[in-house]
Amino acid sequence: MSLPNEKVREHVLDIIADIALDEDLDGIKDEETLREQLDLDSMDFLDIVMELKKRHQIEVPQDDYPRLATLQSCVEYLGPKFN
Amino acid sequence: MRERIVITGIGLTAPNGNNLEEFRAALLEQKSGITHNELRHVGKVASGLCDFEETKYQKKKMRKRGTRAGAISIYCANEALASAGIDINEIDRSRVGIYLGITEHGNVETEQEIHDLYNSHNQDVSFWSHHHNPRTVANSPAGEVTLNLKVTGPHMTVGAACAAGNMGLIHGLHMLTLGEVDLALAGGVSESAQTFGIFAAFRSQGALGENENPTLASRPLDKDRNGIVVSEGGAIYTLERLSDAEKRGARIYGEIVGYHINSDASDFVLPNAERQIECMHKALKKADLTPDKIDLVSMHATGTPSGDIIECEAVSSVFGQSKNTFINTTKGLIGHCMGAAGALELAGNLPSFNDGLIHPTQKIENIDEKCNLMNLVSDGPKEHDVKYILNNSFGMLGINSAVIIKKIENNNI
Repeated sequence: MSLPNEKVREHVLDIIADIALDEDLDGIKDEETLREQLDLDSMDFLDIVMELKKRHQIEVPQDDYPRLATLQSCVEYLGPKFN
Repeated sequence: MRERIVITGIGLTAPNGNNLEEFRAALLEQKSGITHNELRHVGKVASGLCDFEETKYQKKKMRKRGTRAGAISIYCANEALASAGIDINEIDRSRVGIYLGITEHGNVETEQEIHDLYNSHNQDVSFWSHHHNPRTVANSPAGEVTLNLKVTGPHMTVGAACAAGNMGLIHGLHMLTLGEVDLALAGGVSESAQTFGIFAAFRSQGALGENENPTLASRPLDKDRNGIVVSEGGAIYTLERLSDAEKRGARIYGEIVGYHINSDASDFVLPNAERQIECMHKALKKADLTPDKIDLVSMHATGTPSGDIIECEAVSSVFGQSKNTFINTTKGLIGHCMGAAGALELAGNLPSFNDGLIHPTQKIENIDEKCNLMNLVSDGPKEHDVKYILNNSFGMLGINSAVIIKKIENNNI
């Protein structure tokens, strides 16, 4: 059974908060790309992928990286992967 | 005639000071920066750690992504520019070069990855960090400075064991002389005090400085010394051609008038007096000076019995007849800052040009008779009109370096 969307969103934001250490995440818009709103580069996205693996044992194949573009797409893509 | 190269700015962090003023004051007061610290696998060790503000000049995210050596380098480079009165936004960044001496690099990060691999990830290397390679490539500390300052000129680290601090300076001088750059950020850095391997190796070698009182663990030239105290630190200088420095009315800390680098070609770890003597003589020759013109010799003196005795033999051979040449050492107060040592120890002595004092080595209770040098300054600061400083820095695999700095008159630090 997958986690509620709100919980998935919270997990993703927790990871982003530990990566985008200098950013204020309060006003983040779920439907806009994370890169447009935050100072994130390719290494940061690899960090997100690694933290998903370390914290939640979720593997994100390289072909699926574009699914992490927005908070909304993260929730949609990752929701079924959380147990 | 070759271009005259001068020091116009200094940024540093040492175990007993985070800028030149603090560092100088600590050295004059013989204030030690060595404490006991716990380190994985080796337990309690005496070491010198720096407490500069890591995120004063870099974002938290970049600090987390980078390395301790990079953080030291970024702090020192920014402090050097501020000290030189140079606004990086106002100069051509493609004409700036970064040249940093290092003893080793990447051990801290590699040790951490291996620790995590075995203790958290059940040896599954798919958890190995994608940051490992950019963190551990040998140019990493200098590269982090370019990213921070948006410098697009050349950058490199100069690997030269514990002679590296002098080597960074010498390399910067070369690049300015060749016209490759107009400003060099040059010196040395080290994060070695954060890696257990270097302590364990010195302990296995019987060369680790240890004492129940950490401030007595590093005692160069003292009969009761027992080895090296590993410390971290950094010192980066802004180097410019004298003509450029004068044009912008820069404060000048000193001119690099002589230097030499040579190799022992005799042993992996044991020093060689004959080659050290040759190194100092050739530096003097390049500076067109006789030994008696040198007012202060800053010794490498690490606190190992063999290293100290051999260097004392070499220094006595070159300066034994120079009644006005005084000698000091710095590692008793800060430990061995490895790749930063040469640059940092020179920085601690440069204010002598202005304040007319030679800082003492640490208090020596029982001088080793083989190290009882004429004019060794150890009981307190010595008043002396200092015009020339010779700075020794030697390293493993038999690499020797000496740099000679001249006071520029009518220029105040």
